[in-house]
Amino acid sequence: MTQRARNWLLLAPAGTWFLVMLLLPLTVVLVFSFGERAPAGGVVPAFTLEQYANLPARWTAFKNTMTLAPIGTLASLLIAYPLAYFLAVKADPKWKTILLVLVIVPFWTSILIRSYAWIFILGGRGLPALLDWVGIEGVRLINTPFAVLVGIIYGYLPLMVFPIFVSLDRLDKRLLEASSDLGAKPWATFLQITLPLSIPGIATGCMLVFILLMGEFLIPALLGGGKVFFVGNALVDLFLQSRNWAYGSAVAVTLVLVMLITVTIYMRLINRLGASREDVSIM
Amino acid sequence: MISTGYEARPAPRNKKAIAELRGVSKRFGDVLAASELDLAIAEGEFLSFLGPSGCGKTTALRMLAGFETPTEGDVLLDGEVVNNLDAHHRPVNMVFQHYALFPHMTVEQNIGYGLRQRRPRLPKATIAEKVGKTLEVVRLIGFENRRIWEMSGGQQQRVALARAIVNEPKLLLLDEPMAALDRKLRKEMQIELQNLQRQLGITFVLVTHDQEEALSMSDRVCIMRDGKIVQVGSPQELYDHPRSRYVAGFVGTSNFFDGVATKSEGQSVSVRLANGAEVEGRPMVDAPIDRNVCISVRPEQIKLRREGEGESVTVLNCIFLGEHTEYLVKHQTLGEFLVLSPRQSELNDGPFNTGDTLLASWETSAALVLDSNP
Repeated sequence: MTQRARNWLLLAPAGTWFLVMLLLPLTVVLVFSFGERAPAGGVVPAFTLEQYANLPARWTAFKNTMTLAPIGTLASLLIAYPLAYFLAVKADPKWKTILLVLVIVPFWTSILIRSYAWIFILGGRGLPALLDWVGIEGVRLINTPFAVLVGIIYGYLPLMVFPIFVSLDRLDKRLLEASSDLGAKPWATFLQITLPLSIPGIATGCMLVFILLMGEFLIPALLGGGKVFFVGNALVDLFLQSRNWAYGSAVAVTLVLVMLITVTIYMRLINRLGASREDVSIM
Repeated sequence: MISTGYEARPAPRNKKAIAELRGVSKRFGDVLAASELDLAIAEGEFLSFLGPSGCGKTTALRMLAGFETPTEGDVLLDGEVVNNLDAHHRPVNMVFQHYALFPHMTVEQNIGYGLRQRRPRLPKATIAEKVGKTLEVVRLIGFENRRIWEMSGGQQQRVALARAIVNEPKLLLLDEPMAALDRKLRKEMQIELQNLQRQLGITFVLVTHDQEEALSMSDRVCIMRDGKIVQVGSPQELYDHPRSRYVAGFVGTSNFFDGVATKSEGQSVSVRLANGAEVEGRPMVDAPIDRNVCISVRPEQIKLRREGEGESVTVLNCIFLGEHTEYLVKHQTLGEFLVLSPRQSELNDGPFNTGDTLLASWETSAALVLDSNP
């Protein structure tokens, strides 16, 4: 067997998967989006931009997604970084594995069940009741953007922690000694050595969380209670409830486009940062 | 000679101690890595810690750098106790074993790193000027904007050196800096490093397990074993006046004969060897009477002749080394030992061959009476 044939053979499973499970459905959705709604659900083939013209009706869903996804990513990063830093740099090697396992433990139960737990915690008889008891009255948490954000951070934290942990764990600790030896105080060493060298981990983590967040629907559905909804919720509604497939397809295609544009801009930024990483030394 | 831009410093070997270890011990859990180290490092000297791995030499260096705090005793820099002074506050810089260069910075940025940490801040122009001069000293002009991974091992070594010396430290610590270089490059770097040290007048403290490296570069060598300092002295002193078998064996090669000291007369001590033979020697340790000692005779101190005085020996093996020939000979009571004979002395007697019976002799002063233990 030639090298070429072997390469094709190795690529075949993933290639087939990619074609059948991604490209074909995407094409179908694209075709649907130019169609018209059939009376009993489904699509009447056509070529009309009517569905796209109706997009502003779902503007709130896009607005929520485009604000809460970046905010959720950033918040996850800010919470995950110190944790990853502790695990990689400060934690006793004996405990490292156990602590890492603890980070994934929440994944052992379904996100649905865990989100229900949050409904109780943030609901009227949970935290607000506790706050009420200490004298802070009238706090409403459930069905607010804040509740959705809490759910997002809780659900996506491990995805952010791991890439950052890996990049920090691989960091040569002698570089930190060298920096200290050359007169840099601990904080200066962090800003000039640790942080720039962990950028690949940060970039991967943010990308992972952001892309998944753009398609999120479960957390807003449960903790947003229909008040804070994402594009994902709009899609569920259009495809499963109102059975307006043509309009749903147009929304889906738009979401994919928005995602492509955002991720491209993000990659450009990261690459530019990587190419001139000396500029990262803020101090 | 390249102009360095560094102001001239007083010649090495003046008495002032720039760094001192006073009764310093370091314990890691149950392991005593360094035990009661006492050492004064003179301003401007080139001192090497020499010993096998695990002898505590790196621990000693790391305590000078500020990466480790002594469990007992004091570390002094410029006459002040600095036990609890963090590494980033010490006027000391280190060249790390695998260089530890910052991979996300250019050569120039690596070298300027220390200067950029100074508070109050140094003007950009001053930093650029100092970095430029240092690049000249280590012959890396034109490599300013290179990335670290684009540099060869030898070049990286010079970047590491430049990154340290640009700060004009009171003490430059070098942790096995040549370990990662190939043999030829290592030789070149040894000479370069020695020249640099003289040129800059900075005190160099080197850690190495390579005796040749330590002896060829240093003003003084501190030989360590099992966390303790065994002997400190110039390479010549250590070679000519070792106090223990360990030192004599570490610095060059030697023949050792174990025995017990029986009597001493003036500058000479009699030693009864295990096989009953009595050998005279020059004592290198105090009052060795009735103690287990060891006689050391350097191979080149032994003369071989066909006729005249000496003990009868048989040549077992000879290795031609050019200027010298190394003979392994056997004596009836002393056993086997090595003789290094210069070509010159053989010209009269003709070449010695395996199987020849010859006469071996040495001066009493060449037989050193040493501690058997370190």
